[in-house]
Amino acid sequence: MKILVCISKTPDTTAKIAFADNNTKFDTAGVQWIINPYDEWYALVRAIELKEAKPDTVLHLATVGGADADPIIRKALALGGDEAFRINLDGADCYQVAYQLAQLITKGGYDLVLTGKETIDYNGSSLGGMIAGINDLAYVSLATQLEISDNKAIVTREIEGGEEVCEVAFPLVISAQKGMAEARIPNMRGIMAARTKPLSVIEPVAQDPLTTVTAFELPAPKAGVKLVAPDQVDELVRLLHQEAKVL
Amino acid sequence: MSVLIVIDTAEGVVKKSAFETLSYGADLAAQLGVNAIGLLLGATSEEAGSLGQYGIKKIVQANPDQPRADDPTVLADLVSKVAANEQSQVIVFSHSLSGKAIAPIVSAKTKAGLVTGVVELPNTSNGFIVKRAVFSGKAFSHVRIDTPIKLISVNPNSYKINTGGAPATLETISLPAAASRINITKRQKSSNELLLTEAETVVSAGRGLKGPENWGMIEELAKVMGAATACSRPVADAHWRPHNEHVGQTGVAIAPTLYVAIGISGAIQHLAGVNRSKVIVVINKDPEAPFFKAADYGIVGDAFEVVPALTAAVKKLKGV
Ligand SMILES: Cc1cc2nc3c(=O)[nH]c(=O)nc-3n(C[C@H](O)[C@H](O)[C@H](O)COP(=O)(O)OP(=O)(O)OC[C@H]3O[C@@H](n4cnc5c(N)ncnc54)[C@H](O)[C@@H]3O)c2cc1C
Repeated sequence: MKILVCISKTPDTTAKIAFADNNTKFDTAGVQWIINPYDEWYALVRAIELKEAKPDTVLHLATVGGADADPIIRKALALGGDEAFRINLDGADCYQVAYQLAQLITKGGYDLVLTGKETIDYNGSSLGGMIAGINDLAYVSLATQLEISDNKAIVTREIEGGEEVCEVAFPLVISAQKGMAEARIPNMRGIMAARTKPLSVIEPVAQDPLTTVTAFELPAPKAGVKLVAPDQVDELVRLLHQEAKVL
Repeated sequence: MSVLIVIDTAEGVVKKSAFETLSYGADLAAQLGVNAIGLLLGATSEEAGSLGQYGIKKIVQANPDQPRADDPTVLADLVSKVAANEQSQVIVFSHSLSGKAIAPIVSAKTKAGLVTGVVELPNTSNGFIVKRAVFSGKAFSHVRIDTPIKLISVNPNSYKINTGGAPATLETISLPAAASRINITKRQKSSNELLLTEAETVVSAGRGLKGPENWGMIEELAKVMGAATACSRPVADAHWRPHNEHVGQTGVAIAPTLYVAIGISGAIQHLAGVNRSKVIVVINKDPEAPFFKAADYGIVGDAFEVVPALTAAVKKLKGV
């Protein structure tokens, strides 16, 4: 079986969110970058587990980004995977990124494509569905469990008010979320091995984005907290009822 | 020309998120001077005409004699077909579990630009620019859709629900549906009756509660407030509570009217998923807890004393 895990680089969860160039660009000054947690903790680790269970599984990683994404993809390779691809493009929107990955997936003939459920920066939740749409692959979103049996995937996905288990034949695309696997920490052997694993840079194919970010905005700051003494809960309830009108 | 609103249903019942998207779509259609059309996919157990109360004049129900398909590709195909029939220039989805599955497929198949997580009506004075939440709620971006057909998905709990509209006309249509590639073998309801992302009020607790055995008082408070329950990440990681209650940057992002945080420190990753709540109440014994900086109301005190007292006070207010 051939698996591709899509990896995105995102700002660290503690990064200061600020904007430059008249609020048109994310200010990357001083920002530490990480592998998008959903891609790493769930999609990648589950793929590694599947390869551990069946060592003849081929596991590839792919990212769309500039050379600054190389350390991130190497970090991912330190956790596992045989080789990686970086499509050399600073993607302007999700469709443009999905289009690049879709071409790679067609060429590579993958049985299973895994993405995180969303990135923690742009929160689009769209990449997996767009790849599936472009390549006409089956799509299971927001998966919390994945098993492979008899040449099909058995996937648990979250639905409104519950979850359901489904069986899907390969090839398919799955977006992964919590429950799928437990986060791992790379060990020294993995980090050393990652240095020599192949990382190929591929030039992008022509495809315009469909959307354009025109500006960013920070939320209005809070007015400040109104404290109520612990023995005055009636007063808190009164404030919530009469002042805030939320109770 | 029209605005087409894809109506979320679960087991034939229209979801609250759909009331918001219907209201949003009706107001957007008025802004653009075109018709708003609601789209039901598959059978429903409700009287569809009553959806007119949200400002919609016409509902199209595709394949009313069949249950809603399980495969998002099949649903996406139905949406595209109806959108073509109705010459829709905007398709509005909910940024819900089902909207997240369907909308990207429609976008990819029709090459129509999609913006997800939208929080306001678009600015259509010069192009079509929508505001959406980014960085897990820490910021917003304004995004222009550059294709003739525009797709948007509206964040739950971001748009005011319209009331008082006249009943809508119902048009049913049979469309050939593609074969499903997803074969459901088991379906399980979660124990939470209220969907976390749709709840108006959320009562959430963290490691300050010490252990899963202490959640009785949290559930009790949630019950009297009519709230859904949530938790911080370490609580879900330790399996004190189910994963689907984990809110924050790497969990569920929510925007209820009222968020009550009990024994949660307010780490940046937690705040990211909840700071779009309209009113935040924090109960924490540490006056230095960072959560107080993001709160509207707070009590510095021991949760084990404050929560039962709060439950009693809310009961008194509600007369129960
Ligand atoms: C990459 C990354 C992603 C993350 N994503 C998330 C996320 O999505 N969501 C999330 O929640 N966290 C997330 N975290 C974890 C986050 O950093 C915090 O560790 C976590 O939110 C802390 O949970 P807590 O507030 O329940 O526990 P603690 O930080 O231990 O806080 C417990 C609080 O309870 C108070 N307390 C103790 N006893 C009482 C009492 N008797 N009465 C009242 N108050 C009491 C304490 O004063 C303290 O403030 C993430 C971390 C990382 C590194």
